Amino acid sequence: MSLAGYEVAVEQVGPHGLETEEMTLNMGPQHPSTHGVLRFVVKADGEVMRQAIPDVGYLHRSIEKIAEKVGYHGFMPYTDRVDYVAAMFCNQGWASVAEKLGDITVPKRGEYCRVIAAELNRIASHLLSVGTMVLDIGAITPFFHAFREREKLNDLLEELCGSRLTYNYMRIGGVAWDLPPGYAEKVLAFLDRFEPMLAEYDDLISANKIYVERCAGVAIIGREDAFAYNLVGPNLRAAGVRYDVRRDEPYSVYPELEFDVPVGPGEHGVVGDSYARYAVRIREMTQSARILRQCFRQMPDGPVIAKVPRKFRPPAGDAQVRVESARGDMGWYAVSDGTEFPYRCKVRTGSFAAMAIIDKVSAGLMLADLVTVIASLDIVAPEVDR
Amino acid sequence: MTANAVYERLKARFGERVISAQLEAKDPAIRIVPEAIAEVCAFARDDSELRCEALSNQSGVDYKADGEIEIVYHLYSYTHRHDVILKVRTPRDAAVVPTVEGVWKSANWMEREIFDLLGVTFTGHSDLRRLLMPEDWVGHPLRKDFVEPEEYHGISTRRESLLR
Amino acid sequence: MTPPPLQDFLDGLIADGVFGALPPAIVYALGIVTVAAVVIFGFVLNVAGVTTFIERRVWARIQSRIGPNRVGPQGILQWLADGIKLLMKEELIPAAADPRLFKLAPYVVVMGFVAAFVAIPFSSVLIAADLDVGVLYITSVTSLVVVGILMAGWASNNKWSLIGGIRAAAQIVSYEIPAALSIFPIVLISGTLSTQGIIQAQGWAPWNWFIFYSPFTFVAFWVLFTALLAEGNRTPFDLPEAESELVAGFVTEYSGARYLFFFLVEWGNLYIIGALMVILFLGGWQVPPVTDNAVLLNLLQLVTFVAKAYLGVLIIMWIRATLPRIRVDQLMSTCWKYLVPISFVNFLGTAVWVALWPHGNRPVWSLMTLLGFALAGYFFYRVGFHLRRSRSELLLSPFS
Repeated sequence: MSLAGYEVAVEQVGPHGLETEEMTLNMGPQHPSTHGVLRFVVKADGEVMRQAIPDVGYLHRSIEKIAEKVGYHGFMPYTDRVDYVAAMFCNQGWASVAEKLGDITVPKRGEYCRVIAAELNRIASHLLSVGTMVLDIGAITPFFHAFREREKLNDLLEELCGSRLTYNYMRIGGVAWDLPPGYAEKVLAFLDRFEPMLAEYDDLISANKIYVERCAGVAIIGREDAFAYNLVGPNLRAAGVRYDVRRDEPYSVYPELEFDVPVGPGEHGVVGDSYARYAVRIREMTQSARILRQCFRQMPDGPVIAKVPRKFRPPAGDAQVRVESARGDMGWYAVSDGTEFPYRCKVRTGSFAAMAIIDKVSAGLMLADLVTVIASLDIVAPEVDR
Repeated sequence: MTANAVYERLKARFGERVISAQLEAKDPAIRIVPEAIAEVCAFARDDSELRCEALSNQSGVDYKADGEIEIVYHLYSYTHRHDVILKVRTPRDAAVVPTVEGVWKSANWMEREIFDLLGVTFTGHSDLRRLLMPEDWVGHPLRKDFVEPEEYHGISTRRESLLR
Repeated sequence: MTPPPLQDFLDGLIADGVFGALPPAIVYALGIVTVAAVVIFGFVLNVAGVTTFIERRVWARIQSRIGPNRVGPQGILQWLADGIKLLMKEELIPAAADPRLFKLAPYVVVMGFVAAFVAIPFSSVLIAADLDVGVLYITSVTSLVVVGILMAGWASNNKWSLIGGIRAAAQIVSYEIPAALSIFPIVLISGTLSTQGIIQAQGWAPWNWFIFYSPFTFVAFWVLFTALLAEGNRTPFDLPEAESELVAGFVTEYSGARYLFFFLVEWGNLYIIGALMVILFLGGWQVPPVTDNAVLLNLLQLVTFVAKAYLGVLIIMWIRATLPRIRVDQLMSTCWKYLVPISFVNFLGTAVWVALWPHGNRPVWSLMTLLGFALAGYFFYRVGFHLRRSRSELLLSPFS
């Protein structure tokens, strides 16, 4: 863990002709507030940062190379670990790209099961993101309220697929199991209790003057920067771009579902600041609840998985698929050479670009703001490093 | 815009430097000469018909049998809601491709990752160093002929097989 | 100024020849110091410990969970267990740290904290030393804590600790000004700096408390509360020990007993804040004259004082569980741009008020009391609404 490559020309004379020295601080890889194993080399002039250079790779597990060894079916549990906070979307991405390569159609009920699992996971992921964001800013109570709801969600997902965090629920061609009996009632009961809780959340923290002062106007990322740095998902929507893969490049059964796409700004602050990113996530949870209710009303009966051979050999070629993960549009690109092992598998995640933009956005921010920025961009380390 | 129309437009502008296109594939892609990629990308971003504001994905694929490494660029236009897929091939032993960092800043980290894992040098890149692997790592792990080193800083990578 | 019972007891011991040839003055001095030390350490450290436990239970209920309830009935002995555990931990000193300053810092901080208790009364006779400059003494002695914190931050040889230490120094030194300026109105009104004197200038009933004396003192109460929160490094001003940024700020490198000292000081400080607010504004230990028995009366005063001070402590805990923390530059601008001008206005206003009405303006005093009660009533009404509306079920079983 050296500083090789991070030397930057240091200005030794500050304003008013006073001699000043820049401080090089190391934030991470072990740190209570970096979301995962991330490291920042911070060049600071007292409290004000000149630059915060991210250093990643601490969680690199060569998942993409492993895909070439374990085959299409075998890779599914590994996809959970690409982003363990929102694992259903990774499952869905991999299954979708394999289905596109192999020309497989997923039965309708299977698609509905996928959407239900995915939207439940989206709510859980946003709860974690929003909870840890307010915790990093100093409010310790909303974190517990968010995790109380998340615990119930984890229990629901455990009932569905046996696991609380790394689900391995989807298969190529559909999902592993149908919904358990009585599941619809349980989920709807949860949603009835959850939606008023979001209003409680707003009462507690969203309008709190101290919180607004900490977040509004901090690290404004506008439309042009968001496009240039390939920001996606809530980060892009907070910059004012009304784009959602579920609505604009629809996949699965999203064309049959009705939902809004919230964009920034939030109730306070401006377009593209940290408060807008926070507000977009809160509103998205309401939309996910809406989608879930529709799914349970509209679900047809039938099989949940298509017939896919054990030795799945898609024809040679390459394909790219996009899914709207909790952190944004996740692009899966797979190359097949006709055998049952993928020739190449590449996943481009939302947090990867968000890490890259921190370097640009951090000049002139204070140390306390760096924490706000990382939290509001919703960066999870496994997505960045894979 | 359909893939055919994109191909025609690029061919009209760049002529011989657009080599070929796989238009019947599931994801139609256009093959470009490596030296022209930066220009083509700049055109794709600025042209009003193409308007590809974002570089959605940039991957490297190691085709060992062909002796080449292919860099695949997935461009996306938010205005027109279409994908443009460009491919570039470069020989494995001397993999050199011009950078598109000047067109989209997101290419900075994606190219660093390709350099790190596949050993492709991007000329003109502002800061080409390893991203995911440690700075002193030897070799490019994602290559098909990569052999894991026996040890790293005194930690052995060999262990007895877990299969009986 | 030895209290008579102590003097008689020591006279007896001198007559018995226990102290040999020591002059009586020194014996009296030793006696006072011993009693003060026993009382203060016996009270102070236990209060600090119990406060940690109470804080965890209060936070837990605010956060829809239970809190520590295993060690002892309802978890009452949790603080003892934590204290013993910390004492038994290995004491690490970083290799590149400055060993002397590193070891000295916790003691300086504890000194600054414990010494403040000398001038804090518990009842009309229970006070370690009724100094004539009591309030001034308290504010100056608690500033020793800054020196200790700076020492800790610097000696740790850790850039993050250093940042934490500097932030704390800047914060505490800045907020001394509104704190002192908000104490001056009370001194002007009561005419004395002695804590017992200030309490005796008030009465037992709310309409005789200084908080309602004039609009200026009412505002001074809130300014002092905010400034003392900042002095005690409590949220929303707990940036020096901001967990999410600096790991633990200036105490990052400390472990074991030294860590224990820093945290005892932080929680014990809550009691000092509560006690100061009660002494200056809320009537201190004054109780209605219900009994003639001196012992019983003093006991009643003790209970009243501790209860009122502890109410302040609970409110501080409540604030910590609710509010996020503010950033360093916002902290500084709050102090210098808002609190300092407001406290200057309070000071001048009170000076004019005391000049106009040397014995207080009774109609305004009563009016302010009514306003205070109205505010309190409205507050409880709002709290009651939320209490009635909240769900009390604990979602223990997911499949029920």
